[in-house]
Amino acid sequence: MKTVFQKPKSLQDNKFHYCPGCTHGIIHRLIAECLDEMDIRERTIGICPVGCSVLAYDYFNFDTLEAAHGRAPAIGTAIKRLLPDRYVFTYQGDGDLASIGMAEIVHASLRAEKITTFFINNTLYGMTGGQMAPTTLLGQVATTCPYGRKAEWEGYPAHMAELIAQNEGAAYVCRTAVNSPANVMKTKKAIRKALEVQQRGLGFSMVEILSTCPTNWGLSPVEAMKWMEDKMFPTYPLGEFKSVE
Amino acid sequence: MSRVLMKGNEALAEGAILAGCRGFFGYPITPSSEIAEYMARKMPTIGGVFVQAESELAAINMVYGGSSAGFRVMTASSGPGISLKQEGISFLSEGELPSVIVNVSRGGPGLGGIQPSQADYFQATRGGGHGDYHTMVLAPSGVQEMMDLTMQAFHWADYYRIPVMIMAEGTLGNLMEPITVREPVTEFIDKPWVTNGCKDRAPNVMNTLHLDSDFLEKRNHHLQAKYDQIQQECKRAETFMVEDADIVIVAFGLMGRIAKKSVSEARKQGVKAGLIRPITLWPFPDGVIQAAAQTAKRFLSVEINMGQMIEDIKLALEGRVPVEFYGRIGISPNPEEITRQIVNIAAREGWI
Amino acid sequence: MAKGRVYFVEDRCKACGLCIEFCPRDVLEFDDSINILGYHPVILAKPEGCTGCAICGLMCPDLVITVEKE
Repeated sequence: MKTVFQKPKSLQDNKFHYCPGCTHGIIHRLIAECLDEMDIRERTIGICPVGCSVLAYDYFNFDTLEAAHGRAPAIGTAIKRLLPDRYVFTYQGDGDLASIGMAEIVHASLRAEKITTFFINNTLYGMTGGQMAPTTLLGQVATTCPYGRKAEWEGYPAHMAELIAQNEGAAYVCRTAVNSPANVMKTKKAIRKALEVQQRGLGFSMVEILSTCPTNWGLSPVEAMKWMEDKMFPTYPLGEFKSVE
Repeated sequence: MSRVLMKGNEALAEGAILAGCRGFFGYPITPSSEIAEYMARKMPTIGGVFVQAESELAAINMVYGGSSAGFRVMTASSGPGISLKQEGISFLSEGELPSVIVNVSRGGPGLGGIQPSQADYFQATRGGGHGDYHTMVLAPSGVQEMMDLTMQAFHWADYYRIPVMIMAEGTLGNLMEPITVREPVTEFIDKPWVTNGCKDRAPNVMNTLHLDSDFLEKRNHHLQAKYDQIQQECKRAETFMVEDADIVIVAFGLMGRIAKKSVSEARKQGVKAGLIRPITLWPFPDGVIQAAAQTAKRFLSVEINMGQMIEDIKLALEGRVPVEFYGRIGISPNPEEITRQIVNIAAREGWI
Repeated sequence: MAKGRVYFVEDRCKACGLCIEFCPRDVLEFDDSINILGYHPVILAKPEGCTGCAICGLMCPDLVITVEKE
């Protein structure tokens, strides 16, 4: 018998604090697996957001920084420009990337910064207890849109993959999901491709990964995967939105 | 060492480069934009990095990243932009990230004006951001000090692992004077804590979140111990004719230089005047003020604001000697104006 | 049919159920015991049916699972 699946080296052996079924755990592991497979752990610097994954620096087994809310792409810009042969990625949630950090992500892609962003879209602000996010769906209930999001009052959801893909500085932008084994494998391929785009110096890369928040959605982890498929996929279609060769 | 006619903002930028700064991140704002423009021209020629950031928020966070990666980095801005940077400065302070932040001051509050000002003194010295922290604050009074204090700032930033602010009035940014260009710095402090890739070592983490209150308390005590050390080691001030002064003028920056002329003129009119020009605003040179208070009968704080440094003077004096205030907004008072104030006080008190 | 074996780090399992949901051979179940986190941890209930496909590991968010295969 040989081991075919185990904890990657790029993750520490610490217990995750995330809720049961939280897809942060899956995605952290996929990123770590790619870093292991590309053998770039010692040259990687990860930038963690403000959100549930603020503690990702306790999980990733390489140099990491905690960023002020939304500012990870700016931090990454400086690090990558000063150390161009390192791999720099940001890991950000809905509020971090699409609300307070909107300017930073747009400008990082406009400037073609050779960094990679992993955008974890679960339609809500998880850490602070389930408030509305720019990615909350129309009709969806959150603690700050308790009557359900209405376009008239709360505006429309943000489609970040489509938005960023329009910028010429973005070399690879796609949206994947982690609701099924097949989609988890596709997400890993996308993460790998994004890092290879950085490796080749082609420009900014981003993978938007549809994720679950069972606790704030009030669903079991398995139900949450189903909810993602039923409710999020129509608003946030999966696919590659930009891929320069 | 050559003598060159330089503009204040450019001397500051050149001083940074001589001190080994290889990353500038900033957003244009009057009257600091020339620093960004100088860096935009120079950085590519020396293998450095210049980024015009999308905002002041982005710029200070680029400084956070660049410093954490182990480089000497800086940003420059003015009033409203410095206000935007406060969260970043708090983060830099807790992360103990060496950095230099320049405020070429303009009038406020609000969008204010673009004339010189000293009204950011509280913001600079009391820490405009959240939490218990201090940044060092240096106040140049001429173009030579724009270069020299910038070089000193980078050294102290690395040595103490602290953000250092250089605060200069807008006038000083645009003033042109002949200066001696200093030699480039060649020796740099080792930084084993940097996040630049964990090759051949355990990973480093740069974080400022400490959810455990015991740890957070220890952390704050650690920072305070550093601030206490800086208080012991780094206070700087220029003194002029204070030994026998009846009235001591306290003024910083360009105002300090103007006041020096006023003190000389007041002496010619028979008033025993003296000057203390704080060079470090934090740590505030209270010792020099306390020493002068042994003989002085009165202090006069002259500032381009509504009265800010005067509070630190009063704290230093602990009520032993009265302190008065003279201030203007949006204009550096000319020497005659201040001389008149000094002479009027002397006459009122019956010294002349 | 290849033989596989799944190992669980019992005190990390949060009983999210994703591995059970996606296991194509239905060899995983919640155990009756309760682990240190207060959950019923998942166990390999039918080891003879495990093919070592590692889909359970793929879907586990908590690094609970190691998979071996012949």
